Amino acid sequence: MSSGVGVDLENMWIKFGDFVAVRDANVNIKGGDFFSFLGPSGCGKTTILRAVSGFLDPSEGNILIGGKNMVGKGPNERPTALIFQNLALFPLMKVWENITFSMEVRGAGRAERQKRADELLEMIALPDQCDKLPSELSGGQKQRVAIARALCAQPDVLLLDEPLSALDLKLRQHMRTELREIQQRVGITFIYITHDQGEALTMSDSVAVMREGTIDQIAKGKSIYDDPSTAFVASFVGENNVFRGKVNSITNGHAIISTNRSGELRARVSSAASGTLKVGDDSMMFIRPEALNIAEKNSDTHNNIVAKVRHSEFEGQSYNVFLEGSEGKEMKMALINRGEARLYDPGVELVLEYDANQAVALPAGELASE
Amino acid sequence: MKSESLLIRVGLVIYLVLFFTYLLGPLFLMSITAFNSASFPQVTPWEVLSFEWFSVLFNDQRIISGITNSLIVGFFTVILSVTIGLAGALMLTQIWPKIRATFYTIIIAPILIPGVVLGISTLVFWDRVNVMLGFSNDSFLHNGILLTVLGQSTFIASYCMLVFVARLQRYDVGLTEAALDLGATHVQAFRKIQLPFLAPAMGSAAVLAFLASFENYNTTTFTFQKYPTLTIELAQKVRYGINPSIAALAFIIVCLTIFFALLHEVKNRRAQLAIANGAPIGAVSNGFTMPKFFTGNPAAVSLAVFVVAVVATIGISRVYDPEPAKAVLLKEKRAEQALRIEALQNRMREKRLKKLYKGPDIFGSGNSKVPQAPSKIGAGGVFNPSNLDSASPAKPETPQSPGKGTFGNVFDPGNLNNDN
Ligand SMILES: Nc1ncnc2c1ncn2[C@@H]1O[C@H](COP(=O)(O)OP(=O)(O)OP(=O)(O)O)[C@@H](O)[C@H]1O
Ligand SMILES: [Mg+2]
Repeated sequence: MSSGVGVDLENMWIKFGDFVAVRDANVNIKGGDFFSFLGPSGCGKTTILRAVSGFLDPSEGNILIGGKNMVGKGPNERPTALIFQNLALFPLMKVWENITFSMEVRGAGRAERQKRADELLEMIALPDQCDKLPSELSGGQKQRVAIARALCAQPDVLLLDEPLSALDLKLRQHMRTELREIQQRVGITFIYITHDQGEALTMSDSVAVMREGTIDQIAKGKSIYDDPSTAFVASFVGENNVFRGKVNSITNGHAIISTNRSGELRARVSSAASGTLKVGDDSMMFIRPEALNIAEKNSDTHNNIVAKVRHSEFEGQSYNVFLEGSEGKEMKMALINRGEARLYDPGVELVLEYDANQAVALPAGELASE
Repeated sequence: MKSESLLIRVGLVIYLVLFFTYLLGPLFLMSITAFNSASFPQVTPWEVLSFEWFSVLFNDQRIISGITNSLIVGFFTVILSVTIGLAGALMLTQIWPKIRATFYTIIIAPILIPGVVLGISTLVFWDRVNVMLGFSNDSFLHNGILLTVLGQSTFIASYCMLVFVARLQRYDVGLTEAALDLGATHVQAFRKIQLPFLAPAMGSAAVLAFLASFENYNTTTFTFQKYPTLTIELAQKVRYGINPSIAALAFIIVCLTIFFALLHEVKNRRAQLAIANGAPIGAVSNGFTMPKFFTGNPAAVSLAVFVVAVVATIGISRVYDPEPAKAVLLKEKRAEQALRIEALQNRMREKRLKKLYKGPDIFGSGNSKVPQAPSKIGAGGVFNPSNLDSASPAKPETPQSPGKGTFGNVFDPGNLNNDN
């Protein structure tokens, strides 16, 4: 399965005039991997993908596909196929003509093309739709046709630019699993772009999180979530409660942070910050809403936070409790719904506790703005 | 409140009526004159319904050759203009953004330059080229068709470019990129993706170019040499006086226009209906059945009515013979004339009684001349200028040389003789 073609970006910079869209990107994507770029809008994800597929050349650095340098080669000379952000299905061609366009330009005959189109339509579960026009398809169907069209070109690397962003939640979830299945079946390298973290985490072998042209972290989804390497990643991926403060002491990879408003709290130092985070540094501490719990009593001050309930809401699988700590510090706690009523009246005072291993201490940095 | 809205509605209706009268009134009147047997394009006095002007038109060799030349010129102008226009529009999308505005201005300039200037400069320019290349004076560069095509294309190409630019603005460059990404060469991407997208614009540009070429006069008048187009022929004809055969030609053109406009509308409506019904367009256009074709499509109904009307008119013109009606009219006119002559005679008699002593010569000449006129040239005799000449030589309204005035030959008795 991992016999696919890898992609490497080496010190890649992309500039538009004075504007730096991608800054010093170094990425090694293993063959056959499902690799995601995750980042807010405008951070340079599409730009990286366009550079990989050959629509623009990096200002500096190299792009290697299967070990071969691709800089200077046009998109029709690269073993990549791009699924565009807006899909870019050919509006005047029928579905089967769209799918087999790559064969048509290579001079394949009509019968051969129709046969291949039928196979691919079977694979994407859209049989009997081959004579429709793209405008006559639903969003999810268009999606699948675009995938089939790209696969028909038999690329070594499939590039997908937020292909699911236009779909509704249900369909998106369905397409996620379907994409993942297709990827495992054909065994080629997928490079997937999204600003939806759920998508990135569920589907990918590895995720690169980007911020304004810079790649902050490349890791497996779980590491990204549990062990973020920058404050930006911690705040961008998933929800997090942020506590600002200064590092008081560090022992055995755990730091005591004296936070601005919530007293002294203990947190595990992120592996990326171990060694760099020093006593006295400005720091940020992150606790996930689901890591917070209600304590029996206020035992260890370094793992306890006292807060008042502002309001709580029922979300099905969990209750979200919005809290207010001292001096108006806002926090959110998520409690699993185990059947008992856990809606708290506003004003109730609670003692919260958490496992210090589930809290992460990082050097202070820029947060993702919601 | 209510009366106010009524007022507005009435005002709107009045405005619309005025607007369409202004717009279409002249065309309507002119179309009617084509069916009046009177030898000058006129609606009143209405003489007799007649189709003779159509046969006059079809037997007019100069008009026919003018149409032929116009068609030839139009054909080549369409090819040249659409090609240049497409190239210009594509260039505009490819060129560096900084000089795009300048390029656009340059390429649009010919539309703003008077056609006369374009005509003269075409003539001068290609004559210079001819001299520079050392060709003789009757080389192909002096060919009227070629010069006219070149001259007209200078500005018609700009129109075409505008059409293409409008269409290209809606083109998603991503489609070309997708094609390249799937392994197409640039030529393949253009031919298989972009060109089909531009096809409707090419159709519109071609129609626009043809119409612009067909109706062009200003530029052509300098370049036609030995190949006068229809507009040139018409202009020359008008100089020597017109008859309703020109109205007949105009009527035919109006009919063709209505026909194609309706046809276009029918197609549009059909596509819209198809989309509204959620059916693929292909399915509707293939399954052509009469009732389905008409359902909810007023344009189709009008088209059918229109075609039936035209066919009926042609049919009537085959069997209808205006001669009996004309004869009746002639008789009426003669009777009326006889009455008038009688009245004149009576007046003369009274005058004679008054001026009994002034000499008999005026009455004498009048008496002998007037009765002869009708028998010679029919009803038109009254208008015969020679008649007037002899009756009162100094009459100021009489054109000195009837054949040369713009509308002079309306009064030419020869015209009337041709009619019969
Ligand atoms: N051709 C260009 N010229 C100048 N700037 C550009 C160009 N293309 C992209 N940019 C800029 O580069 C930055 C990154 O753009 P990019 O399209 O890669 O964003 P993205 O991460 O894909 O965002 P989104 O999630 O909204 O698609 C943006 O600030 C954008 O304005
Ligand atoms: Mg993008």
